[in-house]
Amino acid sequence: MALYVAAHLVVRVALPLADPYLLPLSGVLTGLGLTMIYRIDPDLAFRQGLWVVIGLAAFAALVLFLKDYRTLDQVKYILGLAAIFLLALPAVPGLGRTINGASLWVGVGPVVFQPGEFAKVLLVVFLAGYLRDNREMLSMGSGRYGLPSLKHFGPLLIIWGGAMLVLFQTNDLGGGLLYFSIFLAMLWVATARWAYVAVGGLLFAAGAYALYHVTPHVQDRVAIWLDCSWTVSNACPVYTEGYQLAQSIYAISGGGLFGQGLGEGVLISPEGHTYIPFLSTDFIFAAIAQELGLAGAAALVLLYVVFLYRGFRIALMADDGFSKLLAVGLTSALAIQAFIITAGVTGLIPLTGITLPYVSYGGSSIVANFLIVGLLLMVSNHVNRERS
Amino acid sequence: MNPQIRRLFFVLVTLFVAVIGMSTWWLWKAPDLEARRGNPTLLVKQLTIERGRIFAADGKTVFARNRKVKQKSLGRTWFLRVYPQRRLVAHPVGYSTIERSRTGLEKSLNDFLTGSNANLDTVLDNALDKLKGLTQKGNDVVTTINARAQRVAMDALGGKCGAAVALEPSTGRVLVLASQPSFDPNLVEGHFNQILRTKAACGSASPLLDRATQGRFIPGSTFKVVTAAAALDTGRFTPSSRFDDPGYCIEYGKRVSNFADQSGPEVFGNVSFTQAMEHSINAVFCNIGKKLGPTVVLDYAQRFGFYEEPPIELPSEEVAPSGLYRRNRLYLPRDPNQVDPGRLAFGQERLLATPLQMALVAAGIGNDGIVMQPTLVDRIVAPDGKVIERSNPKEWKEAIKPRTAAELTAMMRAVVESGTGTAAQISGVPVAGKTGTAETGVSGRNDTWFIAFAPADRPRVAVAVALSGQSGTGGATAAPIAKAIIEALLKRNP
Repeated sequence: MALYVAAHLVVRVALPLADPYLLPLSGVLTGLGLTMIYRIDPDLAFRQGLWVVIGLAAFAALVLFLKDYRTLDQVKYILGLAAIFLLALPAVPGLGRTINGASLWVGVGPVVFQPGEFAKVLLVVFLAGYLRDNREMLSMGSGRYGLPSLKHFGPLLIIWGGAMLVLFQTNDLGGGLLYFSIFLAMLWVATARWAYVAVGGLLFAAGAYALYHVTPHVQDRVAIWLDCSWTVSNACPVYTEGYQLAQSIYAISGGGLFGQGLGEGVLISPEGHTYIPFLSTDFIFAAIAQELGLAGAAALVLLYVVFLYRGFRIALMADDGFSKLLAVGLTSALAIQAFIITAGVTGLIPLTGITLPYVSYGGSSIVANFLIVGLLLMVSNHVNRERS
Repeated sequence: MNPQIRRLFFVLVTLFVAVIGMSTWWLWKAPDLEARRGNPTLLVKQLTIERGRIFAADGKTVFARNRKVKQKSLGRTWFLRVYPQRRLVAHPVGYSTIERSRTGLEKSLNDFLTGSNANLDTVLDNALDKLKGLTQKGNDVVTTINARAQRVAMDALGGKCGAAVALEPSTGRVLVLASQPSFDPNLVEGHFNQILRTKAACGSASPLLDRATQGRFIPGSTFKVVTAAAALDTGRFTPSSRFDDPGYCIEYGKRVSNFADQSGPEVFGNVSFTQAMEHSINAVFCNIGKKLGPTVVLDYAQRFGFYEEPPIELPSEEVAPSGLYRRNRLYLPRDPNQVDPGRLAFGQERLLATPLQMALVAAGIGNDGIVMQPTLVDRIVAPDGKVIERSNPKEWKEAIKPRTAAELTAMMRAVVESGTGTAAQISGVPVAGKTGTAETGVSGRNDTWFIAFAPADRPRVAVAVALSGQSGTGGATAAPIAKAIIEALLKRNP
């Protein structure tokens, strides 16, 4: 709490004109997450608390030492490559750690982290810079048939293709979906061309189809989703593969309008294990719905909508393309990530494991998301100074 | 870029609205999902209630009690079930677990056991307990099961596939409800695979199946009692009616033979109705069936409770009705020509009956023709010792006239005294009984039966024993088990 006040003061001093809502919003989300994690596993909540401290420190460092975020624009290619490098890290033998079928983690000694979370931020920065430079070319289409030339589109495709390849290789579908959606959203905002969205959507569908046939992992996920969503049909393997989703749905449906109350929900069995695996990470939304009810879940989602609104407001008011695209990209990244996991645990879309920003347990996720707020606040400060 | 940003905003907000919509959908589906497989919500909530115990009829032998588990992190206390008698009463008592939900009385009496029944006293007690922050306590259930006789029955059935039911004819109280192979309900939570690995002498062990109430056996010659009831009650025949037995009966131009031993089908010649019952002569009953017609015979079967689930306090899915089955479904033919009346009369012809149903037939005859409603529950006792429910004997079916019942009793006594059921004789106690050896179509795999009541002049016990996969006759395999159960029940409590 005190740390938040401190962080808030840092912001007020360093970025006096920044949006006053974003940091408190992320603070409320983090606090809710901490409460929920404490209720599930007090030791884990303590560790999460440490991560929040580290996240806030990273946030303060970013705000205090990076005087002008626009310098990032100049090193965008380096950042883009760094993103690919980070994404590829888990595939490096000896470094990568596979947890629950996804090779997303990198371990150095006792420290394990998820480089993908940081790659997400770097990719957005890269895309913002790159799309700003080439948006005229991309939206006009200089080549034949109104298509943009390979010269302008090429680097984008390479960076992005590399990212996707790495993602599929590490079996992180949630991440893949997230990066692809961010990419499409930013591309569309920059160019206003529906064709890109359509082509991108088709590409994704084709990729997903290919993936569906190549990896049994994906086939299982889709089959479970079809069997368990909407009604939890009798075909849903509630004791085996469909266990996670079925339990998540039971928890959400059992929460009622106002929930069972904090600590009163049915989350932990008498033997001491959680009914839903990964309850404090991927499935924390289900825990919130169980204990705080539909009202609590809706309030949580509303917080993300307010965050989205404030973030996009910064983008709307910004004068230069880089700031606009950066603000849109960072905000959408957060919102899309929140959507993918909440839609996954409610059975709206096939389940893919990613964290709920600020709320889920996860060190890399917390730190990366605080960096996002930091960048957004810096953009906001800059935008408001230009205006006044 | 601003128009795109605004549109993107609306797209993303729509997606979030969809998530809330989905959550709302689940909320709406909640009543449907609560009882769904694997949903711990209701079960776990009820684990915080100190569930009532379940006792044998003596009120002392414990069938089900609780084990306290403290969860430190939440300061919460759970009550998990323990079944001290293990396999003894696994089917009627059932189990209450998190992983596999509930069965038996644990399921059907759940409201009483958790104290969530709408009885005024219980509601007040619960409200007070909640105000005082005390653990909610459920009501105790005292069953009608005689633990000693139950053990005798389970031991006698041990190693076989079969079931035994004993009733008190005048009240319908269920004294024994035994089914083998059985299972240890303590293993359901966590060690379910051990139960699934149970082996048995018959085709599939199915230890979870309650063969006493759900097991469908071919009633064979025990059904002759029902045919005889129809024959006597309609006034068409008397116990002294005479018949000629050539060793077979002709139906649809084909011979239906009597029970055959190594020397071929038995031939009895000119016999009385009583003698036909005594020696279980198929040819005679075949001819009676042809004369009465299947409609009359099935009508009397219904008067004894066939074609209905006996109204016992077990969950409906654990009680099967008896009657003719076609493609695994109960069916009552409208057209009498669809049924072979001769084979129906001696209990073949796709007829299937549960041991509980045949015990009700015996009990009905022993109770002057009136079938009492079977009951497993003697009383339900509140935590403070006050009895909140006591089961009173209720009539279920008026099957036959008292005179018919008396005539049938005499015929059934003859079966035990000098007929096929001599193995059930008890010195000093007249026993009325009927054997059954039903062919399943596979030799050496008969369904064998014995139904009886005793003492025949003033019945206190009615029994049905059914075994599957037997090579012997009902008189040799089932009758001794019935005898052991009757003896255990008639013995004065020390």
